[in-house]
Amino acid sequence: MKFTVERAVLIKALAHVQSVVERRNTIPILANVLLSAQEDGALRLTATDMEIAVVEDVPGVQVARPGRTTAPAATLYEIVRKLPEGARVELDHAGGEAPLKLRAGRFNTDLQVLPVEDFPSMTEGKLPHHFSLGAGQVRDLVDRTRFAISTEETRYYLNGIYLHAADSDGTKVLRAVATDGHRLARFEEPLPDGAAGIPGVIVPRKTVVELRKLAEETQEAVEIHLSDTKIRFDLGPVHLTSKLIDGTFPEYDRVIPRGNDKVLRVRKKEFAEAVGRVAAISSERSRPVKLSLDRDRLLLSASSAEQGQAQEELDAEVVRYDAAPIEIGFQARYLNDITDQIGEQVEFRFADGSAPTLVMDAEKPEALYVLMPMRV
Amino acid sequence: MTAPPAATLCRDCAAVLLPDRAACACGSRRLLRHPELLALSIAHVDCDAFYASVEKRDRPELLPLPVVVGGGGQRGVVSSACYIARAAGVRSAMPMFKALRLCPDAVVVRPEMSKYAAVARDIRVLMERLTPLVQPLSIDEAVLDLSGTAALHRAPPAAVLARFALAVEREVGVTVSVGLAPNRLLAKIAAERDKPRGFAVIGVAEAASLLALEPVALLPGVGPAMTRRLAAAGFTRLGQLAALSPLEAARRFGEDGPALAARARGEDARPVVPERETRSISAETTFDADLSAVEALERPLWRMCEKLSRRLAEKGFAAGGVVLKLKTAGFALRTRHARLPAPTALPDTLFAAARPLLLREADGTAFRLIGVGAQPLLPASLADHGDLADPEAPRRAARWRAMEALRARFGEGAVVRGRGLRPRQGTR
Repeated sequence: MKFTVERAVLIKALAHVQSVVERRNTIPILANVLLSAQEDGALRLTATDMEIAVVEDVPGVQVARPGRTTAPAATLYEIVRKLPEGARVELDHAGGEAPLKLRAGRFNTDLQVLPVEDFPSMTEGKLPHHFSLGAGQVRDLVDRTRFAISTEETRYYLNGIYLHAADSDGTKVLRAVATDGHRLARFEEPLPDGAAGIPGVIVPRKTVVELRKLAEETQEAVEIHLSDTKIRFDLGPVHLTSKLIDGTFPEYDRVIPRGNDKVLRVRKKEFAEAVGRVAAISSERSRPVKLSLDRDRLLLSASSAEQGQAQEELDAEVVRYDAAPIEIGFQARYLNDITDQIGEQVEFRFADGSAPTLVMDAEKPEALYVLMPMRV
Repeated sequence: MTAPPAATLCRDCAAVLLPDRAACACGSRRLLRHPELLALSIAHVDCDAFYASVEKRDRPELLPLPVVVGGGGQRGVVSSACYIARAAGVRSAMPMFKALRLCPDAVVVRPEMSKYAAVARDIRVLMERLTPLVQPLSIDEAVLDLSGTAALHRAPPAAVLARFALAVEREVGVTVSVGLAPNRLLAKIAAERDKPRGFAVIGVAEAASLLALEPVALLPGVGPAMTRRLAAAGFTRLGQLAALSPLEAARRFGEDGPALAARARGEDARPVVPERETRSISAETTFDADLSAVEALERPLWRMCEKLSRRLAEKGFAAGGVVLKLKTAGFALRTRHARLPAPTALPDTLFAAARPLLLREADGTAFRLIGVGAQPLLPASLADHGDLADPEAPRRAARWRAMEALRARFGEGAVVRGRGLRPRQGTR
């Protein structure tokens, strides 16, 4: 195998694949990227951690000798990254156990290869369902929900985004839901063609992270193929295939409060900043910020054993509230995670000081958040 | 040889009197005389007919009636019988139908363990005012070491204990029996001698002669089987055992023989070890035959989760995490820990957390033991409130408690979850 390629082209593709490879490489081959140079001048890079695989077709490659080999992804990426801009990179593998020779200008190095036969192929099987979403829709869908994904191992079925077709007040939607038990995020897109019959699937956190990175770089449509065990996202030349989490997502609909009638509207900027300031008094992340509500008046306060207490009042200039006074506490970080996803106006709907609270973007009803209060 | 002057203690005002008084200045004639009274400091405290006494305390109309606490039905057993019922021959651990045959007008009360546990805690608090060395032996029994406390209390242990017994009657509303002796064994034997509402003393000097004529079964730990074995060897009285040299005792009764002979002489060197703060609660079981299949291991794991859940409930704790313990056929110990998203005391939530740990370990290795523990321990009040991902937890908790109540009423086998059952032979 021998080919030359622009550094800029190669680095972009390597960046995609190297973030998938297994860092704690207990299985050496999983630290490698599979390079296959084809007759027709196509170079294909593949990396996998057995849960996710990224396959990327690299354009503009001059293939002198087709062939395949595997090389350490992180090392290759680091070297190519440090080559001067505009460099042309030649990769040359004589076959067998011979090292992979990398040459660029006056630089050259030998990289240890591992046999192609050892490289695991992640069979995706049949993916009977197909629909497409705009790259912007994918970004929204991930951004509005991923902060709520749980990291706890016991309830592994919460370690991803639950993607499914649903009926939202008579409108067919594609819904993404994530929860860690303390907060829940739900985001909807109009149901794309082809998505009506999809099974509900749980897309793992790592896949979501990789997908989000890839979606950042494109404005094209993202083609999504799935079965009930695997999902593949095609973003132009990049194909991200992932196993799905084998578990049952909780019946989240039952925890979304319906009758919360105490409505607070507050300007996001002032609110989020006040939460940040008040919460800064305590180093303990789990300390609650208390919201004390009265007519068009919101008092935020927090206390810590070491520092005493802090408070800030927001008044009618930024606050609208005309229900009965209540007091309720939330973890500051949870509040900020949600307000980060909200534009101008935050709308809270409370039932009382101890019941789940609904949070929404007053202008964008497609995103909805539920927050469990803390005792204050 | 003249006996040393016997110190005298008034059990109704805890005054230490001159030996020759027939009554205390307070008017009481409940006087305790013993030559070693002021020198002894190991006490065994035992509540009298504990559950029955608590029930009588709470329902004074039961006071003149024979009261039996225990499970009803065909297979119920007497947990506790008041002294009126005992006079009719009713004893603890006796089948209920037999108890009712002996004492047909007995009032049968279903046990309410949480209530007894609360009363026991109140008593424990009073004990811990006497000495830090309090070792609870069961819900209604404890041993106390009062050595070196005389200066603190400005009274000898005997007087402190008399005051304590009065305080329990006054503040808690049940009676206790106290045994005071030079060691734990004699203190326990003493406590048995003067029940109920008793206070008995066994001194160093009299111990051997006092025990010599007693039947061997008096010794704690000598049950019916041991008694038969001893009798077969010709030993029926403690004095016979006491006379054995260590060598002879070992020849006859094996390596535990010398210790048995020593106890028969009233010797006991066990210290009083205060109960440490409970740091973990667990349940484990050793298999009849080694197991390696996941499905085979899941079954005992589920039963241990149920057991753990029960133990947590009894002690008022919830689990903040679970520890899975496995012992391989080669006796290698493996422990694995998982934190729980929220504290629980429910068997299915414990199981759901422990099972993934088991799946990772069940790699074909043969195991001889499985156990599950709760760590860290958190207050029970934090358990099973549910969250956005598990809104059903409070309902599951209520269901489990209801099942537990049924089991408490109708016995262990009344309600069994399918998971805990063994597959029948020949079926899967």
